[in-house]
Amino acid sequence: MVTVSMEVQILFAGLFFLIGLIGFLVRRNIIFMLMSIEIMLNSAALVFVIAGSHWMQADGQVMFIFILTVSAAEVSVGLALILQMYHHYKTLDADALKKLLDSDVTEK
Amino acid sequence: MTIFIGLIPSLPLLGFLIIALFGKLLSKKIVAIMGVGSVTLSAVFTIIAGINFLSSAPAGEACTSTIYTWISAGEFTARIAFVLDPLSLVFCFVITFVGALIHLYSAEFMNDDDGFARFFAYMNLFVGSMLILVLADNLLLLYLGWEGVGLCSYLLIGFWYKEPENGYAARKAFIVTRVGDTAMILGLFLLFVSFRTLDIQDLMQQVSLKWASGSLLAVISAVLLLGGALGKSAQLPLQTWLPDAMAGPSPVSALIHAATMVTAGVYLIARTHVLFALAPVVMAAVAIIGAITLLIAGFSALSQTDLKRVLAYSTISQIGYMFLAMGIGAWSAAVFHFMIHAFFKALLFLSAGAVIHLLHHEHDMFKMGGLWKKIPVVFITFLIGGASLSALPLITAGFYSKDQILWFGWSAVTGSHWLWLAGIVGAFLTSLYTFRMIFITFFGEAKTEPGHPPGLVMSVPLIVLAVLSLVGGFIEMPENMGPVHLFSRLFDGVLPHVSISEGRNTEVIFQILSAGVSLSGVWLAYRLFYKKSSFALWFKNSHISNFFHSGWGFDKAYDLLFVKPAVWLSEIDKKDFIDLIYKYIAKATEYLHFIFSKTQNGKLRWYVLVLTVGIVVILTFMISL
Repeated sequence: MVTVSMEVQILFAGLFFLIGLIGFLVRRNIIFMLMSIEIMLNSAALVFVIAGSHWMQADGQVMFIFILTVSAAEVSVGLALILQMYHHYKTLDADALKKLLDSDVTEK
Repeated sequence: MTIFIGLIPSLPLLGFLIIALFGKLLSKKIVAIMGVGSVTLSAVFTIIAGINFLSSAPAGEACTSTIYTWISAGEFTARIAFVLDPLSLVFCFVITFVGALIHLYSAEFMNDDDGFARFFAYMNLFVGSMLILVLADNLLLLYLGWEGVGLCSYLLIGFWYKEPENGYAARKAFIVTRVGDTAMILGLFLLFVSFRTLDIQDLMQQVSLKWASGSLLAVISAVLLLGGALGKSAQLPLQTWLPDAMAGPSPVSALIHAATMVTAGVYLIARTHVLFALAPVVMAAVAIIGAITLLIAGFSALSQTDLKRVLAYSTISQIGYMFLAMGIGAWSAAVFHFMIHAFFKALLFLSAGAVIHLLHHEHDMFKMGGLWKKIPVVFITFLIGGASLSALPLITAGFYSKDQILWFGWSAVTGSHWLWLAGIVGAFLTSLYTFRMIFITFFGEAKTEPGHPPGLVMSVPLIVLAVLSLVGGFIEMPENMGPVHLFSRLFDGVLPHVSISEGRNTEVIFQILSAGVSLSGVWLAYRLFYKKSSFALWFKNSHISNFFHSGWGFDKAYDLLFVKPAVWLSEIDKKDFIDLIYKYIAKATEYLHFIFSKTQNGKLRWYVLVLTVGIVVILTFMISL
């Protein structure tokens, strides 16, 4: 079995996180933004797993499952919000939410 | 005995506290009972204390009741202590007795007003403060009452505060009297620095011991106290606030701006008469100011169209008589005229209030007329009050009090022909403008349809005051008419007698003269305003009438001399450099706000970017540390 040093593992997780972040910043479609958040969450979870395997502790695995649960809950709320947004604005463009700043949502 | 003295001012103050704190919870009936009851009880206690005092104490002795020590700092102590002597007894009696009648009248007059509880709270506070003023044993406590009545005057002139003009009138009254009050407090400082005490009896004793007659300090402190008195009593040159003060409800005009508060100046001078006696120049000034004021106000009253403004100018004019009397040293005559004036002027204001109430808040006399058949009670009481004001001979109280002043004006050592002349011309003017008012208001054809006539609660005070305006004069008769001197006897040992010059014992001629003058005033008013002569019409529209109407242009002159420069100065002052600093602080804050509000643009991705950059920056710092 090929062993990879911890630095590389962490670096990989960081790269993973960066992909998520950049995806979040450049995409305007809100569903893609939600997916980017998932990637970032997973990269964080990956760090736990790496640490767990490094110190031979089960806590890392436990934390991973915990994060998975949280992200599932988060996605369900997020998707519900996206549905509402689509219902009101007929678009998935996140910048369209700018309207929340000035005018009443129900106006439209 | 002493407990009664303490109770006299405490009861109205207690009434004020209860009504002010719980007025909104109480029904109108309970508020009225408390408001009227507290002053009535206080009147009862005044009468009890007065009877006790007059039957037990020897003449000239005062009865003091100390409540507690208010301030004690180093050598200075000020007590809350009340002194009952003949002078304060007369003032107390008028304040509580006339006050109780006016409160009773207000219970019906103000019944439809939303501010019913507020009105009674202010009125009770006023009566309480006024009683503190006249009963105070030291000048500091007197000043507390002095400012208290000023505050109540302000609150009650602006009682109907929803009209901006009423608020303006209230501020004007407050600021103009403040000019006098400032002089007065300076006078108190001067007296304190000179004698290290403000206790009135002590002070007067030391003044007469240490200061020579006509010495500079005596003159200065008398002038400063006189300043306060001029402001409060609406005398020249601070008289401009009183006509505007008529913006308040009629009972307020009756109680505060006719019967009691405006005579506080008379009280102050009478109270410190020892000091004034040491400054003959100031005494002469008091007499001259009184004489000029009574003439100016008399002429102004002649061309007013507002019923209450006529009465306001006549109040100024009558207080002018009191000042004239004090100026020549006829102290008891001044206080006597104060008492009689309180009766008939309160009566006139209350009757005028009833008329105005009846005609749906119509103040213009020329829109009234023909009222005498419709409201006979009000007409008769108004007529009695007017007769007393114009000093119709023999039957009215006003004749006895005014005749005394005129006679002393001529015969006193300090009197002069000029003072007498001013007084007699003033008496002619008084009966002329009074009966002008009566003929225009109550006779002729009706121009406004009156509402329902006043009820019992409003009529009773009118009738009581009308009786007093007639018989009140019989307690003090001229020497040649009857040996009754109940009133001046009261002041033996408290206020000095006026000294009559030799060889002037023809009092009866002057009585006939002043009687003739007041009757001819009535006759002229009848010719001019009942018969509607063309001269009256011409006069009404003439320039001179306009000049009188504006109160001899004092308002305009003060506006030009004081108000405009003050406004101009503050306009300049707006741009000084201290203001600039604050202006730029405000500007900088506004600019920063402008920048930061730009970041709040509603773009989700922008927020995330800022957040990320922030985290990176913080992390960098943390790692590098």
